[in-house]
Order: sequence, then C-alpha cells, then structure tokens
Amino acid sequence: MENKTKATTFVDEVSQVPGGEGIRICIQCGTCTASCPSATRWEYTPSGIIAMIRAGMRDEVLSSSAMWNCLSCYFCTVRCPRGVKPTDLFHVLEYLANKNGYNGKGARAPIMYRNFIKSIRSNGRVHEFGVMLRYYMRTNPFAALKSLPVGLKLFSHKRLPLLPKKIKGRDDLSQIIQKFKEVRGSL
Amino acid sequence: MKYYAYYPGCSSEATAAGLGISALAIAKLMDMELIELEDWNCCGSTPYGSLEEIEALAVAARNLALAEKTGLDLVTPCSSCFVTLAKANLHLKENPQLMSQINEALAVANLEYNGNVRVRLLLEVIVNDITPETVASKVKRPLNGLKVAPYYGCQEARPDFGYDDPESPQALDRLVRSLGAEAVPYPLKNHCCGGALVIPEEGLALELINKLLANAVSNGAQCITTPCPLCQMNLDAYQSKVNSKFNTNYNLPVLFFTQLMGIAFGLNSEDVGLKTNIVPPQKVLAEYL
Repeated sequence: MENKTKATTFVDEVSQVPGGEGIRICIQCGTCTASCPSATRWEYTPSGIIAMIRAGMRDEVLSSSAMWNCLSCYFCTVRCPRGVKPTDLFHVLEYLANKNGYNGKGARAPIMYRNFIKSIRSNGRVHEFGVMLRYYMRTNPFAALKSLPVGLKLFSHKRLPLLPKKIKGRDDLSQIIQKFKEVRGSL
Repeated sequence: MKYYAYYPGCSSEATAAGLGISALAIAKLMDMELIELEDWNCCGSTPYGSLEEIEALAVAARNLALAEKTGLDLVTPCSSCFVTLAKANLHLKENPQLMSQINEALAVANLEYNGNVRVRLLLEVIVNDITPETVASKVKRPLNGLKVAPYYGCQEARPDFGYDDPESPQALDRLVRSLGAEAVPYPLKNHCCGGALVIPEEGLALELINKLLANAVSNGAQCITTPCPLCQMNLDAYQSKVNSKFNTNYNLPVLFFTQLMGIAFGLNSEDVGLKTNIVPPQKVLAEYL
C-alpha cells in the first residue's frame, strides 16, 4: 500500500509498502541466503537482491525472477539479526513487480497466484481444482497431463471437489475490497 | 465446555478433507465446541498478500470482523490461514490509521473491527488450553510402539507468534507422546515442503519432499504427522512422484495430527477420514484401529 508521500528513490518506494520497512537496516550478513531452501534457484540471492534494491537497481530487481522463488518458509525472517523481515520484503517485490507489469522473466508462480486470487474474488473461497486447472491451461496444458495422476489421486480420495463453494457475502466482500482501495487511494 | 469460533479454511473442505473431518471429531471428545464462523471467506493465504497487498488486508479483515461479533477466539486448523489472519490482525492493531481505513471499508457491509480478536492455531489451542495431560486422559487406544515423525512445516512456528520455538518446535512432539506414541527425532521437522510452489515449481518441491521423507525414514518413523494442509498434501499426494523421480520406494503414511488423536481416542477410520489419505495408513495403524 502506497502512502501519500511520493517515493523518490527505489528504497523509498520499497520501504513505503507494508513489509518493506526493513530495507534500510540490512547489514548484508547473508543469513537470509544461507537459510533459504530455494536460494540456489534464485536469479540473484536473497541478500543479493536486497543489496540491489539499495543500489537503486529498480528495473533489474523488479524484472527479476528471483523473489518468485520465495516459499514463505520464514526461516530468514526468524533468523535475521536485524529484524529486516526478508519474507515480507520479497512479497513487497512481488507486489511491486506485478503492479508495474513485470512478468518475472517467465516465472510461473505469479500466474498461479493470479488464478488463486481470481478464485477468491469470484467465490469468496479458493476452489483448488479450478485454480489448478486454469493454471495449467494458462501455462502448459501438456504439463497438466503429467500432473493428472496427482489430480486423479486427490479426486478419488474425495479431496478435489469439482464445483466451487461460494459464500453468501460475495458482494459484501467485493464492496469491502473496492471501498478499501478507494480509501487507500484517496490519501 | 470451551467455546471457540471455528475457521476451517478452504482446504479443510477439499485437499485437506481429512483434517476438517478429524478436527471436528476430536474436538467433541475434548469438550471443545468449535462454532463455525458464519459465511467466512478465504483468508487470502500467501498468494493474495504477495500480489495484492491492499486487497489482501480487506479480505482478511472481513473474517476478523465476523469473528469479533462472536466474542470468541478464532481458531483455525490450517497453518496458512493462521499466519495470514494473525499477520493481518497484528498489522491492523499496530497501525491505527490502517485500522480506521479498514473500518471505513467494512462499514459498507455493516461490519466493524476493533482489534479484539485473538487468532489461534488449533494445535496451539489443544496444547495450551486443553493440555497434553488432558489429551492423554482421553486416550482409549494408546499408540504404544508407533514411531511417528512430527512434521511441523514452516507456518506452525514461523514467523514467530510466541507460542512455540521457531527453530525447534515442540507442540507436536508433546501431543504425539501424550497419545502413547514415540516422537522420533526429526531434524528437518520444521523445514519447507515446497508449499504452494509445488504447482509452478514442482522440481524444487520434489527435492524438498524427498529430503523430508528420507529424514523421517532414516530416523525409523513408520508414519509422519503434521498440522498443515499443504505439507500433508505435498508429502502424501506427491510421494509416488518422488519415488519415480529419485528412484526411491517410500511408503510412508502422512496423517494429520488430528487423525492420529482420533484413532487414539477410539474413533474409527471413517470418523477421522482415513479414506482421504493417499498413501494407505491402514497397515501401520492396524493394531490401533
């Protein structure tokens, strides 16, 4: 959520989104990178991307696929000696990247996340089967075939209802969301 | 009788059906009344907050507002719902400006939130409110001799909400022991299974799942138990994929801790939804069923 102060630098922009406040206090010790179960897959390491934010490398950071590998395991968050909350920081990068139209160099996580959110917006609940199906249709329908055995197992064990559950307050929910965006935006 | 507002979470009615079924079944036996929060919506989980910071807070806040009307603690069996709702709650409480903005938005649906809800994880409620001693007193079929790997996953104790150790959580170990079973040493007990990235980054998740299964087997576990819907699905539904990818032959049942509790309390396999488990647990549990 942006606040009313116009961001002048990339560090400001990041620090003004809730979760990004810790960007200024990192001491580059590397504990986050050492704790990250997916660090070897990151285009830039967790601590590396923090350094890049502080160097003002906005385009390189937001276009990167790095943060889309964050598993939200929070190991870095509980171990950071400075209380940076790197997990939240990487979520902030995901938010800023998505908002500014970057596609994570083809990372697939944002596509799944978008389907997940659509499901909540229309039903008020997540419909897991629908999210999976739409994800595979959007990315690679052939991968869906490879994942079919897992889906069938879940289905045959009564774990994958085909129809979504919808809440009664769907309109309430979208109005609350709409109003909150207005209130935040009008600041 | 202890009363709680109950937030099942979307997966407890789908991919984690076994959790939803068994949680309600054991609660009754422990004099816990889990009153389902009326017309709750999805918590938003991690994906919502990652892509849509603003919306995600509003999505979580509707649940908090509904819960506040009940005057009860809001209890969820799902680790991800817990972290999402607890983080949103903390955020609103620490930020009065945000709280007043959220109330402006909630007002369109005649709701309000004053920060009075305590969001709690079912596992924590059982350990702290019910206590392992009381749990032990309800056991009818002690799981003596059963070697269980207690798998916490990430979002049981991280980020730190203060009730368990983020590096070496203990709640599940205590519960497993209170059922008469043995909690085997499990060094990777709070490591990541790949979470939701199992869909977009399956290769990464399979590597992590493989390590978790190997670590449980090498410590002599006959089964794994977990509180987390996503951990259970990844370790259970993807186990055969791990076997084909890494040329392993794991056959390790993965049970929700509530299923294990139900069996020890004398419930039958249907009461705890054992049919929803993909790696069949019947053989390992044969002498307790």
